[in-house]
Amino acid sequence: MSANPDVVMGVEVENPVMPYLRQDRLPHIWCPGCGIGTTVNCFARALTECGLDLDQTAIVSGIGCTGRVAGYLDLDSFHTTHGRAIPFATGLKVGNPDLKVVVYSGDGDLTAIGGNHFVHAARRNMDLLCICVNNFTYGMTGGQCTPTSPVGAKQTTMPYGNFEHPFNLPHLADACGAVYVARWTVYHVKQLTRAMKEGLNKKGFAFIEVLSPCPTLYSRRNRLGDGVDQVKYYKERSKINNDVDTKDLSLEFQGDITVGKFVDRERETWLDAMNNRFTSVIGDKYEPYGVTNGEK
Amino acid sequence: MTTSNKSDGPAPGHTRMGMEVSHAAARAVQQCNVDVVAAYPITPQTHIVERLSELVANGEMNAEFVPVESEHSAMSVCVGSSATGARTFTCTSSQGLILMSEVVYITSAMRLPVVMILANRSLSGPLSIWADHSDVMSVRDCGWIQTFAENGQEVYDLTFHAYKVAENRDILHPIMLNLDGFHLTHVVEPIDICDQSIIDKYLPEYEPLFQLHPDKPVTMGAYGVPELFTEAKKNQDEALKAAYPHILEAWKEWGDLTGRYYKPVETYKAEGAKTLFLTMGSIGETASVAVDGMQERGEDVGLVKLRLWRPFPFDEVRKALAGADNVIVLDRALSFGGPGGPVSSEIRATLYGLDHAPTVYDYVVGLAGRDVKVDDFEKIANDVRSGKARKGQDEYVIYAARE
Repeated sequence: MSANPDVVMGVEVENPVMPYLRQDRLPHIWCPGCGIGTTVNCFARALTECGLDLDQTAIVSGIGCTGRVAGYLDLDSFHTTHGRAIPFATGLKVGNPDLKVVVYSGDGDLTAIGGNHFVHAARRNMDLLCICVNNFTYGMTGGQCTPTSPVGAKQTTMPYGNFEHPFNLPHLADACGAVYVARWTVYHVKQLTRAMKEGLNKKGFAFIEVLSPCPTLYSRRNRLGDGVDQVKYYKERSKINNDVDTKDLSLEFQGDITVGKFVDRERETWLDAMNNRFTSVIGDKYEPYGVTNGEK
Repeated sequence: MTTSNKSDGPAPGHTRMGMEVSHAAARAVQQCNVDVVAAYPITPQTHIVERLSELVANGEMNAEFVPVESEHSAMSVCVGSSATGARTFTCTSSQGLILMSEVVYITSAMRLPVVMILANRSLSGPLSIWADHSDVMSVRDCGWIQTFAENGQEVYDLTFHAYKVAENRDILHPIMLNLDGFHLTHVVEPIDICDQSIIDKYLPEYEPLFQLHPDKPVTMGAYGVPELFTEAKKNQDEALKAAYPHILEAWKEWGDLTGRYYKPVETYKAEGAKTLFLTMGSIGETASVAVDGMQERGEDVGLVKLRLWRPFPFDEVRKALAGADNVIVLDRALSFGGPGGPVSSEIRATLYGLDHAPTVYDYVVGLAGRDVKVDDFEKIANDVRSGKARKGQDEYVIYAARE
């Protein structure tokens, strides 16, 4: 590998994801070995392949390490307050139904302080792609216990290992009514890119959980090595199973990980449901909202 | 703070230790034998909570630590646990405070003696993690007793004072203890740690007046119809004001035990000074260094520091400021479209109508952790002396802001 990543074997090449990044914002803030950058790379590649009009694509993040993603992508982006990415995104979507709206945030943001919004967006089948980078900890504030921290994992607020039962996020999304549910790790870059592409083209609430190392806080405190060691663990212990019931997914502390695409189904989105209901009651007098150009 | 004991070594029953101020705060909470801690991580409060969770996990503190899912839940858990009669603690900053603010108002209305340490940090946006007082000013009218610490020792001492006052049956009010984020939370200072025997003498076991208990059912948080609401609020206001002498008494008692006496309004080389600075929080220490230097050069300046923000110490403020010609208030928050900084507007109101009331100059400084240095105080004093400073009744300066 060349010292200069833009020169490969003496030939200057442009990194295909660079046009999707706000290059004036680089270098990014993520630690060496962090997996968030890998997910962004996958997402940028998914954008190149999804066929969406990027001028009609918006990305919304909450607070935290993953919350910085919205600021690095060269899309219309919104960095919201802690936990509120999904309601902000809901506002974007219903205000301008032509937009494809992506929520890109972390486990602490989406499932703790914003957990209420997560279950209701899935229940409503709000037309959003929700990507949750799960590093099992609050990285930005120093490694506290989150609702996804595995039992036994050490955190600054759980010095002898977590004793709270964590969420199984794909099962939660599935139970609440998400139409697309997948889990991958940052080792599975091909599958993750494909899932993000499918999610971008899915109508309704699509949810992708991405397991990602936090070497500075989670791995170090639990003596799990560096970012590469975590990716090796993902490689060795991940088992792809697309047909499993989401309630049976494995994700114990350093144990087996079930990955795959678990749910892909059709259901009326919130906007469709509203339009259908009002049309059925009022008839032709009702002008359906947001269907002039079709919901994307 | 004034110290009567100026000897080199610590007095018997005291140990002087270098520690991070956040850890000193946690140590105080531990020594208060708190029963329930509920908190959510937010910078720069995290080290206090992390240390408490360690103390609980190590069995060094017989308490429950609840790692809740948001600050709204943190204060809600506190209301629940305090309502059962448990001694309760939480800790937050900035966005965390405004997220929990719904329940902050409930806590004081229900007269629950919760103690909260607020690591002061600016409110978004733009997003910032650095210190100013915009967070606490957003809940200025929440009905909590509000105190400000200037250094680590004061954070440690005021934590005991907070429980002593909050749980006094003549008071029963929640207390918010403010310390500047990073400037205090993340620095290591020498702290005089008191032996538990001193704390036990000072802080009795909490005996709640009203508590949720199956043997004697009560209803808390009931509906207040218009026929009762005004009276409920009047009672709350009167109770908060009536807390004032007890707050002073609890400081006196602490001083008698430890040699460290506190007052609602502290003065530093202020007697007879024609120009007085007025600060709240950690910049008071910098201001005192500035005043030392200016007095050495023969300048007629002094310093007044507001420690008690609610209930507001009107008489002490008037007494401290009355003889001066100029009062320069250093505000660390803004009231957009209003009278500038919240502290100066209250100082102006306090001095209004007095014979020979000093002119109040309002300088908004140190927003989002911007350094307020010794020479900034000197520059501001120069502006006032040379007549360059704006001195209209509703004027203020956002200091050193680039155009």
